[in-house]
Amino acid sequence: MIKVDNVHKSFNDAHVLKGISTLFEKGKTNLIIGQSGSGKTVFLKCLLGLFTPDEGNISYDGKIYASLNSDEKRDLRQEMGMVFQGSALFDSMTVEGNVMFPLEMFTKQSKSEMKDRVDFVLKRVNLDEAHNKFPSEISGGMQKRVAIARAIVMKPKYLFCDEPNSGLDPKTAILIDNLIKEITEEYNITTIINTHDMNSVMEIGEKIVFLKNGLKEWEGTKNEIFKTDNQAVTNFVYSSDLFKKVRQMYIEERN
Amino acid sequence: MNYLASIGSYAIMIKEVFKKPTKWSIMRSLILKEIDELIFGSLGILIFISFFIGGVVAIQTALNITSELIPKNLVGFATRQSIILEFAPTFCSIIMAGKVGSYITSSIGTMRVTEQIDALEVMGVNALNYLVFPKIVALLLYPFIIAIAMYVGICGGWVAGVFGGFSTSADFIEGLQLDFIPFHVTYSFLKTLVFAFILATIPSYHGFYMKGGALEVGKASTTSFVWTSVVIIILNYILTQLLLG
Repeated sequence: MIKVDNVHKSFNDAHVLKGISTLFEKGKTNLIIGQSGSGKTVFLKCLLGLFTPDEGNISYDGKIYASLNSDEKRDLRQEMGMVFQGSALFDSMTVEGNVMFPLEMFTKQSKSEMKDRVDFVLKRVNLDEAHNKFPSEISGGMQKRVAIARAIVMKPKYLFCDEPNSGLDPKTAILIDNLIKEITEEYNITTIINTHDMNSVMEIGEKIVFLKNGLKEWEGTKNEIFKTDNQAVTNFVYSSDLFKKVRQMYIEERN
Repeated sequence: MNYLASIGSYAIMIKEVFKKPTKWSIMRSLILKEIDELIFGSLGILIFISFFIGGVVAIQTALNITSELIPKNLVGFATRQSIILEFAPTFCSIIMAGKVGSYITSSIGTMRVTEQIDALEVMGVNALNYLVFPKIVALLLYPFIIAIAMYVGICGGWVAGVFGGFSTSADFIEGLQLDFIPFHVTYSFLKTLVFAFILATIPSYHGFYMKGGALEVGKASTTSFVWTSVVIIILNYILTQLLLG
């Protein structure tokens, strides 16, 4: 569980986050949505500890990040897994090397134990035949799956994903979304996904936080998002014709 | 003001490089990889350049001896002094700023652009120690290639001097041995060690703290070459004044 309490963040004169408070629950896929420039990425980087909030606190299962010493922060970071927008795989390492990297860095496991764990997670993400390939030799969807495997190899308590299905075709995007949801339930972890893809919202959004101009404009579930009267949310959700039609059908069904 | 801020953040970066060390088994393989890339990868070009520069120094010296009163062994003497005191440590370091420096900046810069550095930091890895420390250790072997550059440069001078008809082998070798001061070699290696540190850290700084995309990686490589060269030239003057002045 991650509790966010009145988080502010500014860069020079730009006040990017203006007092965000929310709760991300364990075992759920929590989505942060909003238009480009709404502060989603900055918020995610604050949650990851890459940016320090100017004001407010973020606590991870009761541990307030700002009050931890550097060793405790490092330990906490080892409980986090992150899937970056561009996958951020290490170019110089094979798929297996990328997934094994956190184990080599932070555990005292033997080579065979590490290999077993890598084989297990790569199989879990349906990539059991790409061990010796380099990131440049595999597709975008496969790179995302390797990034997910790397993120979960250390059995994290918290999984963060920044635009996990950007640049992917709709079918692969749904596969990635479902994989993240399955992993969240299977490992009972707190998952936070930063996205502006409404398909993801409808597919896996158990809790949705909508940001606008650095403020939390709305929060709720994927079912509630269709019923809300919040103008900013409806403008965002129904910006595509497909969702306009879905809303129309929903209204007709209700009447 | 910007320069002061850059010097400050460079100093902080150096402090961070030596904090929270990476696991030794991983660091060892990183160091060996960097030795291969930075040291052995530079050997060929430095040998090639040293040989021909040594030859040019010998020819230039010989062509400028117009008085009969100047002994012929000056060709060997001047070649040795030029190569050991300046060419090998300083000129080679400027070449290395272009070759190794731009490689370091572009490789670290690309990791920054593609969020690989963020990935390291999120995992709890000290990215500066992981990326920069192996380069500093690898470049501790830099005096080794400078010693080879000195030897090859002098050989180049001998070949050009003797086979070009500018000096006899006996005169050249006599010049090489004339008034030899061993401290000049020590001075040269001390300079080389300082330059090695600069070659590892300034390009790393420009790569690590760069912002933007692919275009900015190119710009950062150019800026890093300029600043590495400038710092090497300034330190060359200061160290010469301190050690020989």
